Parts: sequence; structure tokens; C-alpha cells
Amino acid sequence: MSGFDFVATRLDTAIGWGRKFSLFHYPFITACCGMEYMSTACAHFDIDRFGAGLTRFSPRQADLLLVVGTITHKLAPVLRTVYDQMLEPKWVIAFGACTVSGGIYQNYAVLQGIDRVIPVDIYIPGCPPRPEMVLDGILKLQDRIQHQKQDWRWAKRP
Amino acid sequence: MGQETLIEAIRTKLGPAVEGVADSFGDTVLILRAQDVRPSLAALREAPFDYAVLLDLTCVDFAAAEGRFELVYHLYSMSRNVRLRIKASVNAADPSIGTLVGLWKNAEWLEREVYDLFGVRFEGHPYLRRIMMYEGFEGHPLRKSYPWRLEQPRIPLKDDV
Repeated sequence: MSGFDFVATRLDTAIGWGRKFSLFHYPFITACCGMEYMSTACAHFDIDRFGAGLTRFSPRQADLLLVVGTITHKLAPVLRTVYDQMLEPKWVIAFGACTVSGGIYQNYAVLQGIDRVIPVDIYIPGCPPRPEMVLDGILKLQDRIQHQKQDWRWAKRP
Repeated sequence: MGQETLIEAIRTKLGPAVEGVADSFGDTVLILRAQDVRPSLAALREAPFDYAVLLDLTCVDFAAAEGRFELVYHLYSMSRNVRLRIKASVNAADPSIGTLVGLWKNAEWLEREVYDLFGVRFEGHPYLRRIMMYEGFEGHPLRKSYPWRLEQPRIPLKDDV
């Protein structure tokens, strides 16, 4: 292992540790799953315990996009725009059955899963998911962020 | 006014426009000729009937029937605390009926909704265009003839997920 690799790996760990406990989330809420989001975010379940408590209402200040509730074809371009407005690094959680797959709806109106429009990191199924499942999803995302390799653009690539 | 006297009074007032009368869980249902709907509802809005509120305006697609689209109007009289349902069938080839805009303000959006989802045209509507579906959407999604599960995305979708 070269000296650079050693430093980069330690830095990856440090940056990952810092990022996973400072998730600023943008809630993109359209439907009843929003109630579960609220109960997750508020004092009973409290996502602030996992460093994800700061809600930003501008996508430009957020790095975690929480897509909560049914996304229709009419709304899909808006979701795409919100995602494009977020700065890197950014992550997406699909919250609830509707965002995962369209849920109980398969008709002219409803998008069959938001992964047809934007990339998704964590899928949380359930109609709606229990707050414990949401917390579990956030923990899994944190694990992913911790082990995510950083983009060392200036490093020599093999 | 009891239900029998009410129906008698309505028949006297509207004459041949009334094609039938029914009862639905205690509420009166009137079946009207499509071309008489607007003048009939204008009459029912005034005293002594006083159906001042247009609660709802919607449509049903009976795909196999001759008069395929059935418009359903729900009226409510606040002074008498009674409801009245009115039905009128329009044919499949050219579904159109007179507008209620000018009688009730809310008819404007309700009729736009029925136009959007069923394709029934309302003659005399000042601004008949889609209200729910987006620009570029083709067809009327609540018609039985609309293809099952046909999606019309506004942006390109990834299919290989």
C-alpha cells in the first residue's frame, strides 16, 4: 500500500464518518406517508439522534432527498428538477411502497417507482412504513456513506 | 314539501323534460333529457324548489349502453335541507351537453374535470380545457375505452431498473 492510499483511506473514513452524522434532508412529501415521516422526525422517534435532524426546505442546502408519497407522472419532472438542484454528494431514500414501485396504484397517473426518474440509494417499503423501518433505512444509508469511497479526482488512477 | 308533492311539482314545472323518477335511499333522483338539463336546473334553482347549491357534477361511462355517458348532478337546498340527484345520458358518438356556468360558479371547474377525464363537451363553457391531466396528455383516462394502464410520461423514463 502506497503512502497516498493509506492517507486516502484514513481520509475516506473520516469524511464518511462526518457525512453520515450530518445528513441535511429535504422532505419531498406528497401523500399519507408524510404522517409517518412527521412521527419519525419528531420527538417520539427522533431522527436527530442519528444526525439527520436538520430539515432543509431548499434542495440546494440538502444532501439527502426523502421522497415520501405517491409520485405521479405529472409530478415526475418536478422531482427530477429537485434532484438536479441538489449538490453532490447526495443520496436518495424512497420512502413507502408508492415511491418504491407505485404501490397499490398502477394506472394512467402514477409513476411506477421513482427509480425510473432518479437514482435511489435506500428503498423503504411499507404502506406506510413504520418509523422503526425508516430509522433502519437511515442507519443502512449511514453504513453505506461510511464505506463510500470518496471521489479523489486529483489522484492517479490505475 | 313531501317527496310525492315535490315530484308532482317538479313534473308540472319541467313537463316533458322529466324522463323518469327514482328513489335512492330516501333522496329523489330525476332522469332528464340531456338537451333540457340547463333550463331545468335553472328552474330548480329558483323558488319554490330552491336548490341553491351544486354539490357535485360527475359522469359515469356505461361502455355498452346506447347513451353511453351519464352525467350526474347533485343539488342541495339549504332552505329545505334536501338533496336532489339528476341524471342525463348523452350519446357516445358526440358526447355534449349544455353548460351550467352562469348558474353556479363551481360548475366551471367541475365541468372542466368531466371534460378532462371523460371527454364530454359542455356547450357554452367559457374555458373548456384540461384541469387535472397535463398538457400533451392524449385521450380521456376515465373512459372505459382508455387502454388499461397506459402511461403517458412527461419525461423519458428508465425502463431497465
